[in-house]
Amino acid sequence: MITQYLLSRFEKTGIAFIVIIAAMAIFVPLSNLLLPTSSPLHVPTHIMSLMGKYLCYAILAISLDLVWGYCGILSLGHGAFFALGGYAMGMYLMRQIGTRGVYGNPILPDFMVFLNWKELPWFWYGFDMFPFAIAMALFAPGLVAFLFGWLTFRSRVTGVYLSIITQALTYALMLAFFRNDMGFGGNNGLTDFKDILGYSVQAQGTRATLFFLTALTLLLTYLICRWMTITSFGKVLVAVRDAESRTRFLGFRVEHYKLVAFTVSAALAGLAGALYVPQVGIINPGEFAPANSIEAVVWVAVGGRGTLVGAAVGAVLVNFAKSWFTTGALAPYWLFVLGSIFIFVTLALPKGIVGTLKEWSTRKRAAPELPKAPVAQPAE
Amino acid sequence: MSEQRTSAVLYLDGVSVSFDGYRAIRNLSLVIEPGEMRAIIGPNGAGKTTMMDIVTGKTRPDEGDVLFDGGKHDLTKLDETAIAELGIGRKFQKPTVFESHTVADNILLALKGPRGPFASLFGWRNKVHNEKIDEVLKITGLLDHRNRLAGEISHGQKQWLEIGMLLAQDPAILLVDEPVAGMTDAETEQTAALLRDINKSHTVIVVEHDMSFVRALDCKVTCLHEGSVLSEGTLDKVASDDRVIEVYLGR
Amino acid sequence: MSLVRLLCALIVSFVLAGQIVKPVYAADLASALTRFAADDFTETATAIDEIVATQAPQAEPILSALGNARLFVDMATKKVYWRTAAGVVHDALTGEPVATPPAPLSTVRVNNRLRRVLSNAIGALTLMAPEPERRRQVADAIFRSRDETALPVLEEALKAERIPAIARVFQQARASILLTAPASTKEQRIEAINVLRDRADMGAIAALRSLDAKSDAETKELAATAVTAIEGRLRIVGYVQNVWFGLSLGSVLLLAAIGLAITFGVMGVINMAHGEMVMLGAYTTFMVQEFLRANAPHLLEMSLTISLPLAFLVTGLIGIAIERGVIRFLYGRPLETLLATWGISLILQQSIRTAFGPTNREVSSPSYMSGAFDVLGVSVTWGRLWIIVFTMIVFFMLLMALKHTSMGLHMRAVTQNRRMASSMGIRTPWVDAMTFGLGSGLAGIAGVALSQIDNVSPNLGQSYIIDSFMVVVFGGVGNLWGTLVSAFALGIANKFLEPLAGAVLAKILILVLLILFIQKRPRGLFALKGRAVEA
Repeated sequence: MITQYLLSRFEKTGIAFIVIIAAMAIFVPLSNLLLPTSSPLHVPTHIMSLMGKYLCYAILAISLDLVWGYCGILSLGHGAFFALGGYAMGMYLMRQIGTRGVYGNPILPDFMVFLNWKELPWFWYGFDMFPFAIAMALFAPGLVAFLFGWLTFRSRVTGVYLSIITQALTYALMLAFFRNDMGFGGNNGLTDFKDILGYSVQAQGTRATLFFLTALTLLLTYLICRWMTITSFGKVLVAVRDAESRTRFLGFRVEHYKLVAFTVSAALAGLAGALYVPQVGIINPGEFAPANSIEAVVWVAVGGRGTLVGAAVGAVLVNFAKSWFTTGALAPYWLFVLGSIFIFVTLALPKGIVGTLKEWSTRKRAAPELPKAPVAQPAE
Repeated sequence: MSEQRTSAVLYLDGVSVSFDGYRAIRNLSLVIEPGEMRAIIGPNGAGKTTMMDIVTGKTRPDEGDVLFDGGKHDLTKLDETAIAELGIGRKFQKPTVFESHTVADNILLALKGPRGPFASLFGWRNKVHNEKIDEVLKITGLLDHRNRLAGEISHGQKQWLEIGMLLAQDPAILLVDEPVAGMTDAETEQTAALLRDINKSHTVIVVEHDMSFVRALDCKVTCLHEGSVLSEGTLDKVASDDRVIEVYLGR
Repeated sequence: MSLVRLLCALIVSFVLAGQIVKPVYAADLASALTRFAADDFTETATAIDEIVATQAPQAEPILSALGNARLFVDMATKKVYWRTAAGVVHDALTGEPVATPPAPLSTVRVNNRLRRVLSNAIGALTLMAPEPERRRQVADAIFRSRDETALPVLEEALKAERIPAIARVFQQARASILLTAPASTKEQRIEAINVLRDRADMGAIAALRSLDAKSDAETKELAATAVTAIEGRLRIVGYVQNVWFGLSLGSVLLLAAIGLAITFGVMGVINMAHGEMVMLGAYTTFMVQEFLRANAPHLLEMSLTISLPLAFLVTGLIGIAIERGVIRFLYGRPLETLLATWGISLILQQSIRTAFGPTNREVSSPSYMSGAFDVLGVSVTWGRLWIIVFTMIVFFMLLMALKHTSMGLHMRAVTQNRRMASSMGIRTPWVDAMTFGLGSGLAGIAGVALSQIDNVSPNLGQSYIIDSFMVVVFGGVGNLWGTLVSAFALGIANKFLEPLAGAVLAKILILVLLILFIQKRPRGLFALKGRAVEA
């Protein structure tokens, strides 16, 4: 019944997105595992891992779109939530190494032995259990977002101020995780993973399963965000985005709405990070770098904010371009391209690819997702 | 909180506020009885909008009492949301509607009912409330525009939509800031009739410059000047007050 | 008169030491060295005294080698050699290293009596070394070791010492010995305590703490008060030092943020490429220096003075180009401005990386930027001092420019009421471009100054951007004085936290405190109030 209700409220792009991702979730792992390598339809393992990475970015992008596109919170710190989720998974994977580490300590990860630590720090307890690690991948970023949002939204920090302090948040976390004393492997982060749930992370079957799970999570993320945005909740979010103080005078606790959206969004970003780490095999403090978070924002802008599908499309497109550029002789020019994308999208394509396409196809009904850009005029 | 013995639904006493040394409101006192309609007039900078900001919690006064519902609530200690929830609705000078939502959704957002995020996600706010919405749209004459985006309707329609949102909110007091600015004469008359109709079941405070509109409202008038009450009474009494003529109406 | 005579004497003795004395001590040294071949303790003792008397430069290595059983005699030729700890063999007479030492060498033996003679001799040698710095080092070593046996030599040296500053160190060394020596009288100890109290450093505290436990109560009491006094003084010096470092960091923050205070604070434009403007300013300095080095090396000392207007011009023009090319289309959309300027920053960074390479570029400092001097025990480097002075000059010039020039008047008019300014005939787009150019130009001259204390690399700007925004937001947007106070407050707070928490943790703490502060006062320390703010 709920599915029917939801389906009745999906526009065409949404249904197309669900079908494509579902098809990928099934086809890609099966083709990788069952088809012979000679087959033209065979997806090689490294391509599958790369696609899995893109899908993780897509989850991050959708979670970011929920707060930016619908609620007007431009978070320049979503990379921090992604990284926190990644660390939660990384900690689980570290505990699974057991005695196979360089120092062979059954409890302590290598870097702790190296630092002469005698005991496992309290915050590493429980990470030998997979469900706990997954729960923490959702809970840790969610908690940080909740605390941060609780303070920030209550005191009505909005707009660029909010963006700047989210950037400061991820910057502070980056500095913190670089420290050895934090107990997260310092500079080197967590790596050299062996098993996940008893299966080797390198094995083809594990990689195929991870891809399948990532695609499934992407679908789930989309459905959650879609549901949140088509309910009255989403209508209030858009109202907050367009006229925050008006919403307040209608009697809505704006900060509670923002808080729910921000926390859910952070938890989803954390989940994306948790899926990302076993597929790329490392998590280090570099993931907290402010530049990463801003890059995620441009994925959403390229695809079209306030469309959810667009965010995912943008994430895949930009990252595909990045892989293509940075593996060839053109590598030094990637930053020129990325910089130009930032400028081009903001100047010429403010609705992004999906937003613009949608506008074309529904011009007759004329229902733009975004309000008209305000008249060009500096803030007074 | 000083418990005041008052029957007034809205009670302001000795209210002052200043911005960077400029005293926008000086020792303002105003009493609105339940079911009353009150028109507030006065020149620009008299403090009309600031007075509304104080009542709705946007601006905190430096001193003075602002009490609601027979002195039961001290509004100076509450924020906008809490005040709106108590039952004080406001229409802004510049019509402020949610332009990327349809007209119907604007009313839906305003509808009286649980307003928490979880009610919006799982509960009450997602039930179908079409009859209530249509009822409000019918009163404000926007039924035909039900599914249009609020950003696309005309200025006067936006004014009415905002009044419709106030109706949907069903507050104890409606604060209406310049509802007929930019309206044609016919629209102005309709608006006056609408407000009089609303006044049958609600307390209404209207800030307006348009004297014919104020006359059409046929209610008690308060003239503000430099942040305090200059004159109060029937329109004829206020309009014949020499000081009002001096600072506002002109000879 | 006596001073002149002393100077003459000093000059003469230096000249003698360097030139004329050489053959003289060579003869004495040769006769002294032959005594080692006798292999007799008395002869060796005489040899030691004679070697000290020669004042030869190799006297000390010879005697040290003797103490460490590394002095040898070739019985066949009666020549003496010493071996260094590293294993190199030197001829004792000439002091030159010998490539192939003769085969059978016998070690010159010493006994305990000789060891004592030897250690006094070495002390005397070094305490009377011709280089003042060397004498100070030895005295300091004695001060720390509190070696009683050095006392007689120290007393001798003290009488001979002519430089007051070094004589003071000798006295302090003597005091530290007297304080701990069991044989000292009460008066000597009390005098020693006074000398040490004046020295007032950690070493003096260590010496005072090691006061003989058998001393009488009054002396102990005196020592304890002296320790408290020194600790109090050290704490104040520590504070002063923190404040100084804080001012220094604050001036760097202010310099980096001052351009942003214009573009963000006055215009409300979020310029994420601001850091890159700083970086371009630094690279302008690098280019200017390269050019001067190749074409006019005599002007190298003036490189910063030449770079300042150039950097201002270069970054100012780039700023105007950015404003006209991108930002003006995005007014009223601050979040989009943020993204677009971030894109610009990526492009600028990569351009510099492509043109100059990703590594640090060497920017030299003019001589007036190097060196340091002491104020109340705090070491003040000229470079830092100049940067503080320079920052203040820039700040006040900017303040004056905004207040008293017609451009400044136009800028303020446009920020306060764009439409009104426009209808008064002010060309607002031109003012926008100029204002942005000014902000960028200020970033450029900040880059010139920062090239002196930071690595000039394409990433230079990235390290300042978050800090600069924090400074402007903390100070209150649109308020130059707020920016000033905020920069110095953050700088000083950072330096006071650093000793408690470490540099990185201090920085994290400051960021967290700032995030919390913005919750309390979202519009900064010195915020504008009222209805105008909402617009």
